[in-house]
Amino acid sequence: MTRTREWLYAWLLLLPAATLLALFTHYPAIANLWHSFYSTPRGSRPVTFIGLDNYRALIDDPIFWQALSNNLWYALGTIPLSIALALLMAVWVNGHLPGRGFLRLAYFTPTVLPMIAVANIWLFFYTPGYGLLEQVTGLFGLPSHNWLGSRSTALPALMVVTVWKEAGFFMIFYLAALQSMSPHLADVAAIEGASRSYFFRRVTLPLLMPTTLFVLVNAVINAFRVVDHIVVMTRGGPDNATALLLYYIFEIGFRFWDSSYAAALTMVLLTLLAAAAILQFAFLERRTHYQ
Amino acid sequence: MITATGVQASYRISRSLETLGAWVLGILWVMPLFYAFWTAFHPPAFSTHFTPGAPVTLQNFVKAWQAAPFARYFVNTVILVTMVLAAQLVLVTLAAYAFARFRFPGRDVVFALVLVQLMIMPDVLIVENYRTMTALGIKDTILSIGLPYMASAFGIFLLRQTFKTVPRELDEAARVEGCSPLQTLWKVYVPLARPTYIAYALVSISYHWNNFLWPLIITNSVESRPVTVGLQVFSATDQGIDWSIISAATLMTTGPLLIAFLLFQRQFVQSFMRAGIR
Repeated sequence: MTRTREWLYAWLLLLPAATLLALFTHYPAIANLWHSFYSTPRGSRPVTFIGLDNYRALIDDPIFWQALSNNLWYALGTIPLSIALALLMAVWVNGHLPGRGFLRLAYFTPTVLPMIAVANIWLFFYTPGYGLLEQVTGLFGLPSHNWLGSRSTALPALMVVTVWKEAGFFMIFYLAALQSMSPHLADVAAIEGASRSYFFRRVTLPLLMPTTLFVLVNAVINAFRVVDHIVVMTRGGPDNATALLLYYIFEIGFRFWDSSYAAALTMVLLTLLAAAAILQFAFLERRTHYQ
Repeated sequence: MITATGVQASYRISRSLETLGAWVLGILWVMPLFYAFWTAFHPPAFSTHFTPGAPVTLQNFVKAWQAAPFARYFVNTVILVTMVLAAQLVLVTLAAYAFARFRFPGRDVVFALVLVQLMIMPDVLIVENYRTMTALGIKDTILSIGLPYMASAFGIFLLRQTFKTVPRELDEAARVEGCSPLQTLWKVYVPLARPTYIAYALVSISYHWNNFLWPLIITNSVESRPVTVGLQVFSATDQGIDWSIISAATLMTTGPLLIAFLLFQRQFVQSFMRAGIR
């Protein structure tokens, strides 16, 4: 093949995917910025250029700040815990515990279920009065508590659901990494007299670093991307205590139909995700330098 | 000697503690599911009373099935999942082939642009994509649910990695025998990438079966709603708080996926593993 024919061929192969990607990923990201500078069309009122008005409104919007801080707490509360549990699960399932098959199934099953179905199940679980949780706390003589209905416990209650759903998913990646590790390492360490915990800290954990990074990036994205359970369980309430950023965008965009303000809010979310991308890139760069 | 037995004893204790921990966690993990199963398969009177020997019934499933057009929702989801997967397989294969085995100007830049989608997924671009679908006049169709996901950066990335491991000699041999690039792709690359295709397909199917927010926004009628949205509409409006029926509906909508998962557990887990190793 001549060079130009090869170029042409490659571009033709890429064309269908590139078109769709441009239309539904790159264009909307840019159009989003554009639309955030214009007013929302309402009835007969025409769209006007309003500059940074949406962003000024955003700075003065207490619910936006609440959603942002909720989201950060949500990320902080779910990510380290689900990663730690995932690692623990992977180590256990990789070892020779009795009932390994059952345990792997138990840990992983929540991952396959739709978040919306999971949310329904947990909604029932948390129901004041006769949900399972109330029954258990009742056995210990604790007073009844509306877990999803009070400001202080609603977000933590949602975090539990997220950790429950995600830990098994991340476990798989750790399991894959553990299984690709040479068993000789453990043998050598045992001969050298290293304890199991020492071996884990000094050999296993460092070798799992790339996996941890990969899982971490996924966990961060998910913390900002998945709000299905909020739609089902709390609708952002009570009093916006569980409004996450994307959920707030959804409310503004599709309940109040203020698409231009929703566009400004989306820009904040995109900026956060881009920051995560840059951080990941920096980390990956460093990793390749080591090799 | 004493210390050796001491070490062994402490080793055994730590082992049993670990086993205990693993099982406590495992039981905690299945409890919500067990609860849903119990409620769905027993009469409402027993939904919160764990009495052994409580009568088992399928009545809740029958009621749920009759209360909402779940049959239609299932058909919609199956169409959606099939359509998205078919389109993804074609688009992703062609693009991955171009990135893996062709040299052309701007390749690295275009590849970086593709990877942008790994971070900025269609899930967060709901406002603009809704606008686009309205402009295209395909709002409230199954096509509009799937369209933003059809060019999958994840799939392109995954398959490009696999295609790169195909020995060049095989490629050249096929060319010598007179195969065009597309024939080479079909006869050499695609068969060798079979495990990757299976892994990707399983991940894609479970993702789109479970997807909720975007379908909720873009659909507005029974004719286009997938089961996830149907379940939400059903449990949020139609049923007050009849948990037996809601649990039955919840299990019903996840049923096919759950059964498939239990049957092909090993493949599922291995697929997710394969998809995760980059």
